Amino acid sequence: MQSILKATTRSRHSSILLRQSSMSRVCARPQNLRTLVTKRYTIEHEAVAFDDSTGIGIVSITNHAQSSLGDVVFVELPALGTKVNKGDQIGAVESVKAASDIYAPVSGTIEEINEKLSSEPGLLNKSPEDKGWLCKIKLHDPSEVERLLTEEDYHTSYQS
Amino acid sequence: MTVLRAVSVLRASLPRHNVPRYLSRRFSTPSEGLRKTGLYDFHIENGAKMVPFAGYSMPLAYADVGQVASHNHVRNSAGLFDVGHMVQSNFRGQTATGFLEWLTPSSLAALSPYTSTLSVLLNEKGGIIDDTIITKHAPDAFYVVTNAGRRDVDLPWFRGKLEEWNASEKAKGGKVEMEVLENWGLLALQGPAAAAYLQALTSFDLRLLTFGKSAFVPIEGFNLHVARGGYTGEDGFEISIPPSQTVDVAKLLSKTPVQLTGLGARDSLRLEAGMCLYGHDLDETTSPIEAGLSWVIGKDRKETGGFIGAEGVRQHLKDGPPRRRVGLIVEGAPAREGAKIFAPSGEELGIVTSGIPSPTLHKNIAMGYVKSGSHKKGTDVEVEVRNKRRKAVVSPLPFIKPNYWRG
Repeated sequence: MQSILKATTRSRHSSILLRQSSMSRVCARPQNLRTLVTKRYTIEHEAVAFDDSTGIGIVSITNHAQSSLGDVVFVELPALGTKVNKGDQIGAVESVKAASDIYAPVSGTIEEINEKLSSEPGLLNKSPEDKGWLCKIKLHDPSEVERLLTEEDYHTSYQS
Repeated sequence: MTVLRAVSVLRASLPRHNVPRYLSRRFSTPSEGLRKTGLYDFHIENGAKMVPFAGYSMPLAYADVGQVASHNHVRNSAGLFDVGHMVQSNFRGQTATGFLEWLTPSSLAALSPYTSTLSVLLNEKGGIIDDTIITKHAPDAFYVVTNAGRRDVDLPWFRGKLEEWNASEKAKGGKVEMEVLENWGLLALQGPAAAAYLQALTSFDLRLLTFGKSAFVPIEGFNLHVARGGYTGEDGFEISIPPSQTVDVAKLLSKTPVQLTGLGARDSLRLEAGMCLYGHDLDETTSPIEAGLSWVIGKDRKETGGFIGAEGVRQHLKDGPPRRRVGLIVEGAPAREGAKIFAPSGEELGIVTSGIPSPTLHKNIAMGYVKSGSHKKGTDVEVEVRNKRRKAVVSPLPFIKPNYWRG
């Protein structure tokens, strides 16, 4: 599958170049508070960017996932306020060729969903890990994040 | 994501074909050692993603052209499909018409020469062994195309029935022979720009070749069997090519604006056109009446029978079939194969056999079977997707208006 291989090569490059900085990004906030955002992955191709100052994790699918799915035409998201356990099915992403379930990468409460995806499901292809985010989960146990895959381990997981 | 999780598992077993599970389910074969069409290397050179389909390694898509873009290109311009995995056979002999009228319910005696018809091979109960396109060249010469996925069932069936026929009184006018065109190429050139493209390569006036007709057409020095029709709902041609010429003809037919088109787009195009995919929308437990294919049965043959499976078929014609194939438009999530169909009252009505979000209509379309009585267009039903009932309505097939050349 050419497009996957292409994406693989791209990600491998970026993981080498950004290995130092991308795992834990330190962002400056207007209030001059320093907060730590940790991005981790699941073997099922979800990503979660966890902000330790708010306790919220932003869930997305990975670039590798969107590239193997092809054109996304429909996204089903969980209801606001739903309490989810890690591994629960919380929605689905549909392309013309297939439906893929999305599982909660962490346990918590659904705080927000990306409403834009209902009218613009293509955002998942254009910007999977940024504008095409799926939902925000308020984590019950922030330490769950640490037990997910690092970017490097995630890439290894589907290349081996 | 379940679909992607399957990728790594399959990659281990199929190192050269990185196949997600949804494809392995839909487009696969358990056997190792996939067959190749004569165009395998041509596909690889053109950046195809190859997947196992019906025992063959076939192109799913080419380079980085997405399924929707590829689909739309066929609807708006033209696409070329390798369908060389399908089984092409010739049946010849003085009693060939009688033989094929025994195996199918079609009125082949009444068919004009160089005309094709959709037909079905039926088992003794009237269930569909395969769907097929039969082209009559003469009363003693027919060209028959059957599905690759049914090769191992169809060919023994043909051979067994031929033996029975040739040993019987019915063959006293002359025996029938079957010749399988092994390794021959079959290309489908489809789309509104197909005719103009092909016309530029031949002196033959293609306006005379209307939908359902065929002819031997000189194309740049090749003399090829060209049948007008296809599996997309668009105007187009299916071109049969001797093995040694297949690659050259494929090169000739794949220049701008024609785009190579894979199985992914082929599936969404045929579903919009309301056409069945054997093994999904048709199987041996389904009669042509249930499948909405009573029109393939010749008028006279509904009365006289005389074909294998006639009793079952005539029973369904007389009493009405217990279930019927319908089109559905589903709200919200697309319904896929296997999704259950319910009445709003909660009664289970049947099952979806094919379903996609339609690239042309931007609606979720599906085909499936429901109990007779719930099959009328406009009937409100519900379809279960991920444990939730979604509203759906029974809709006429095809979903798009076909664009055939009828002269």
